[in-house]
Amino acid sequence: MSRTLLSGNEAVAQGAWEAGAVVGVGYPGTPSTETLQFFAKLPDVYAEWAPNEKVALEVAAGVSLAGGRALVTMKHVGLNVASDPLFTLAYTGVKGGLVILVADDPGMHSSQNEQDSHNYAAFARVPMLDPSDSAEALAFTREAFGLSEKYDIPVLVRSTVRVSHAKSLVETGRRANLPMPSPYRTDPLKWVMMPGMAKLRRIDLDRRLNELESFAEDTQLNRLEYRDRKVGIVCAGVLYQHVREALPEASTFKLGMTFPLPAGRLREFAEQVDELFVVEEADAFLARSLRALSVPVAPLPLLPTSGELSPGAIRRAFGLPEPATREADDTLPPRPPLMCPGCPHRPVFNALRKTRAVVTGDIGCYTLGALKPLAAMDTCVDMGASIGMAHGAELVGGFEGRPVVAVIGDSTFAHSGITGLMNTVYNGGVGTIAILDNRITAMTGHQGNPMNGITLQKRPSHEVDLVGLVKALGVNRVRLVDPHDVDACITALAEETAADELSVIVFRAPCALLVKSNADPYAVDEDACTKCGICIRLGCPAIGKDEQTSRAYIDTSVCVGCGQCVQVCRYDAIVHTGPSCDFRGADVR
Amino acid sequence: MSATTVMLCGVGGQGTILAADMLAKVAAAASLEVKLSEVHGMSQRGGSVDTVVKFGDEVFSPVTDPGMVDHLVAFELIEAMRAVHFVRPGGRLLVNPTPIQPLPVLTGDMCVPRGLRAILDGEGAIFIDADELACEAGSPKSANVVLMGALSTGLPFDESLWRDVIAGRVPPKTVEANLRAFLLGRQACERGECAL
Repeated sequence: MSRTLLSGNEAVAQGAWEAGAVVGVGYPGTPSTETLQFFAKLPDVYAEWAPNEKVALEVAAGVSLAGGRALVTMKHVGLNVASDPLFTLAYTGVKGGLVILVADDPGMHSSQNEQDSHNYAAFARVPMLDPSDSAEALAFTREAFGLSEKYDIPVLVRSTVRVSHAKSLVETGRRANLPMPSPYRTDPLKWVMMPGMAKLRRIDLDRRLNELESFAEDTQLNRLEYRDRKVGIVCAGVLYQHVREALPEASTFKLGMTFPLPAGRLREFAEQVDELFVVEEADAFLARSLRALSVPVAPLPLLPTSGELSPGAIRRAFGLPEPATREADDTLPPRPPLMCPGCPHRPVFNALRKTRAVVTGDIGCYTLGALKPLAAMDTCVDMGASIGMAHGAELVGGFEGRPVVAVIGDSTFAHSGITGLMNTVYNGGVGTIAILDNRITAMTGHQGNPMNGITLQKRPSHEVDLVGLVKALGVNRVRLVDPHDVDACITALAEETAADELSVIVFRAPCALLVKSNADPYAVDEDACTKCGICIRLGCPAIGKDEQTSRAYIDTSVCVGCGQCVQVCRYDAIVHTGPSCDFRGADVR
Repeated sequence: MSATTVMLCGVGGQGTILAADMLAKVAAAASLEVKLSEVHGMSQRGGSVDTVVKFGDEVFSPVTDPGMVDHLVAFELIEAMRAVHFVRPGGRLLVNPTPIQPLPVLTGDMCVPRGLRAILDGEGAIFIDADELACEAGSPKSANVVLMGALSTGLPFDESLWRDVIAGRVPPKTVEANLRAFLLGRQACERGECAL
């Protein structure tokens, strides 16, 4: 066996492949995205991006119905979207094994909230496995498929950023040689969840859960490790690794399966240690669950109840000394994420600022338009919220005469925007919707989507006719604008926000990272620059303000020559550098 | 051996993650346990990027805390200052002193504090002019490998392990330049000439 360095995400994909999964489906979302990308490259599998997580889970349910094993991947907030099928799939159960990776983001490195997906396992009554590193991510995922079929239920595999995006060594194995699924037989009592059948499956779900509770008492997935018995810690996932580092002498009950819980073994552990603590992050799911099972849990008031934990946070909660070190310097200029040089979103936000619009925003790179210096987005809630919220605001008269503009990306529109727009049209709403179509799902690292017709395994497809779709929904005012044309953005937004009917502007230009620019960089003509600062307010990482002279300068190593700043400069002070130009290579700083 | 903690900090696009990957592969090739932790997502868009690599006979948590890092490799001056409190007393601090201006500085809203280099010097920093050495090696993009060369002088791994991993991890056309970059970083640190 060879040892390979794999991320938790890659290990989940490898585990699914070894278990014989034939289909992988999901929607990109940090920190889950690489799982399906890795799976898609393994031999003898089919993998696809779905427009959203609900569709992904429904596709996988179809695979399961037909007897195949399917892996579904999503981030924690994706499970909100997929929760509708999940709750009922717990009733129907499965034929082929159905395993859902849900990747949580405690600390919100790249998310709008830090919900703990453990709650979904208990809420939907489906088992959940919690790997603590890549080796377990592989082994647990492989085992999850067997559990799914044995107990006739979908299985959640939960990871967090520090499992998904941590790499450690794993031993990979061979792919299981599964028997052909038995022939399909119509089974409405199992698959048609009308009330009469669902009532029976509800009772059967409890039976299956009882069996899983027995399994939880025996399984090697849960691991009791007795060391010093003064302190016993119950933990799961990467928290186990943190605890082992922070409190190497403590006894641990490592839960590999966090739902259902092994009540008997937990009570036994509580009796064997002087004090039992629970260490978990972002929520107190395990502590609540243990207390509900009458397992005495000692309070740990110094453990943070929100955010991401580390070994240091656990040491502090147990009153252990801190290492001597200097104070963190929090006066340093921060480095917020930025729109890239040449990003086609930038001129749209530049124009939005001029309209004085209230902008309901959405989830994607363009959410960065809320940050200074563009600062032209008022809200960011969830995928698709921009359109519904704009409609709602218009219903009560908007904002003292300020126009309302919803801003949404192409992939987000496909995910959850279409129904919102249909609602606005259907109910006679007004306002302006800007679809920022950069031809890719950019923020998560360039995945295909229905709007660009690029599929995960590069199979032939076709792209949605976005303008045609919007018209078909009943929007009369639809226009297509090149966002790199600064004036066209301003004109389009001014005209459409002045119109008294619903309008949609599709701003279409590929993501700057998709374009291999051969354009020469620009430079600032110091004599012509009046220090007005208008170019700096574009928030381009290539443009800076000289500390001494207050003039603008352009870092030619960062500039991609998009020319957006040239268009906003009123003094022709931004000039082309080229082979014949003196500015080329000059240190303009 | 007990676990060694290395932290690489820099700005998105500087190649910290690739460098961390190489270090982790070297540790694995030396038959050690290894864990690497990185943060993706919005940090790719010009944000600060921290990557932690831990290796030893047994490694538990993939993350670290202030005062616990044995070797901090800073790919950029301001990021060095942001992370210097992670270095344990007696730990090693390698810094590429070329600054990359954060957006609030570019827009004139904030200034880069003066005297960062002197503070880091007081913390025992070894300054490696990685960008210049990378150009000297023949590939401006090999600054991350220069810094791995500098780091390698304080780690218990054979140079040959590093060379194998680098050769297998960079684009074929740049292997020679990257191996030169590694050597230049190594020499710069060994000579101590860069310790100002």
